[in-house]
Amino acid sequence: MIRLEGVWRTYRVGDGEVHALRDVTLEIAAGEHVALIGPSGSGKSTMLHIVGCLDRPTRGKYLFEGREVGALSEEERSLLRRNRIGFVFQFFHLLPRLSALGNVELPMLFAGTPADERRARATQALEAVGLAQRATHRPDQLSGGERQRVAIARAVVMNPAVLLADEPTGNLDRHSALEVMDLLESMSRRGLTLVVVTHDPAIAERARRVVRMADGEIVTTVNS
Amino acid sequence: MRFLDLLRFAAGALRGHRLRTALSVTGVAVGIAAVVTLTALGEGARQYVIDQFAALGSSLLIVFPGRVETTGGPPFGGVTHDLTIDDYRMLARLSRVRRSAPMAVATERVRYGDRGRDVPVLGTTADFALVRRLEMGSGTFLPAGDPDQGGNEIVLGLTVANELFRGENPLGRIVRVGPWRFRVVGVLAPRGQSLTFNLDEVVFVPVSTAMRVFNRSTLFRILVDVRMRDELALAKRDVEALMRERHRADDVTVITQDALLAAFSSILNALTLALVGIASVSLAVAGVGIMNVMLVSVTERRAEIGLLKALGALDRQVLAAFLAEAVLLAVMGGLAGLAIGAGAVRVFVGIYPSFPASPPAWAVAASLALSLAVGVGFGVWPARRATRLDPVAALARR
Repeated sequence: MIRLEGVWRTYRVGDGEVHALRDVTLEIAAGEHVALIGPSGSGKSTMLHIVGCLDRPTRGKYLFEGREVGALSEEERSLLRRNRIGFVFQFFHLLPRLSALGNVELPMLFAGTPADERRARATQALEAVGLAQRATHRPDQLSGGERQRVAIARAVVMNPAVLLADEPTGNLDRHSALEVMDLLESMSRRGLTLVVVTHDPAIAERARRVVRMADGEIVTTVNS
Repeated sequence: MRFLDLLRFAAGALRGHRLRTALSVTGVAVGIAAVVTLTALGEGARQYVIDQFAALGSSLLIVFPGRVETTGGPPFGGVTHDLTIDDYRMLARLSRVRRSAPMAVATERVRYGDRGRDVPVLGTTADFALVRRLEMGSGTFLPAGDPDQGGNEIVLGLTVANELFRGENPLGRIVRVGPWRFRVVGVLAPRGQSLTFNLDEVVFVPVSTAMRVFNRSTLFRILVDVRMRDELALAKRDVEALMRERHRADDVTVITQDALLAAFSSILNALTLALVGIASVSLAVAGVGIMNVMLVSVTERRAEIGLLKALGALDRQVLAAFLAEAVLLAVMGGLAGLAIGAGAVRVFVGIYPSFPASPPAWAVAASLALSLAVGVGFGVWPARRATRLDPVAALARR
């Protein structure tokens, strides 16, 4: 499903070069639940961006469902993100001017889905995260846990193959964090490939496989 | 992405910043209102002049001495003959001419008692009142008769009569023009500016008297009223042929009223365009305002742009979304400006009812097109900046 072969990601900073990823090789099968763990600056977010087709390797190969992403055009990568990949962010990234329902509808808006189908699917996705009764609330009227659940509904409304979560519980209290993780894992059990970036060992332990990173390299991989 | 969804999305973003949106819309509205108002006034001025000419009658030829073209070559070639009362008499007999009136002009002091006023004195004949469609306030115009037999009758323009007589009845009184004495036979009804003269500010005396007392050898103009409007060009040729025969040279200029009208019309058109040009400057300023607002918006909404890209929005969709915002701002401004401009013109017409000002259809269409162009023109660059944002960097910030 996801395959990185000798991937480097290098940034130019001033005269020097910074290697955010050094020769990373990783394979993630469909339906797997993988945690990326490591201190900040270890390259885990960069890896997630590359896996999510938001960024491209400087060197090496990245294959998503067998297609080499580095060779795809900007537009093709956009379409991959739209149809195959869902994102969940630490800071939710909900649009404050839209209701919960409007936020969940957003990916379908750009996909050109007709309005009534959009509404039906978004309502369904909100039901799946247990927020059907909050559909008309705006983000500032929702708690942190509820916001993240709206964001998860938005991430899965296009029926993607992969769900990428970047510190999804980083901004939540313990109780909400557990709720959100339960929700993500229930999605994963239904066949969605789940990749969670975290620096919280308790969150990471819940994954089938924990990939520990430091200085842009994979240090250990632990299967549980 | 569907067009309506795009518009709704852009409108939603604008609703998020009401004050900023209102200010940008106001900027464009002022520009468009200026364009609409100024074109309406310019067009009004043109219409006003056309109406004035129409009041003169549209079958008028004006003959004056001299050619408008450059003359030169050997000496003795450029001699200009006087335009005489005999010329007038012959012109008046042409078959295509209904009637004709000579004009001699001098400025002289007109006095009654101890009051005096420097006014243009027009020497002419009885037919002048018919050719120029003058109406009398009281008394009669100059008596008909042999144009060479100059009497001492005088007809006063309304202002002249009011100033000199201050409520006294001028009819039958004697006024002095320079050292000469004239008897008032009539006062014109109010008329105002018409062609070169304000007819309220002139006096009329018989043409031969005027030529004699002012020591003029040439007429200033001969006005020719043509029988059939369709035969204006033919009549013009008749007049030119007659004058060529009498003077043995092409030394008079005959213009039709249409030519005069066209000249005025093109001058006023240029004036209107100049006004529009000035008004457009304010539109350009408004456009820069839109650009500024959109740039701020793009910078402020980096996270949103990053999110849209992460959700699979194509670059051209992001471009379209931001461009739609700029265009919405501009078009809302355009509509508001049209309303304001139309209101301003209405107020103006309320104050000056005789001025036929109304925004021409082309100006309404053009200002809407212009506001659309402003939105697109000044919105493209900020929108392109939005599409060029790196989603990773854009999402990194809160």
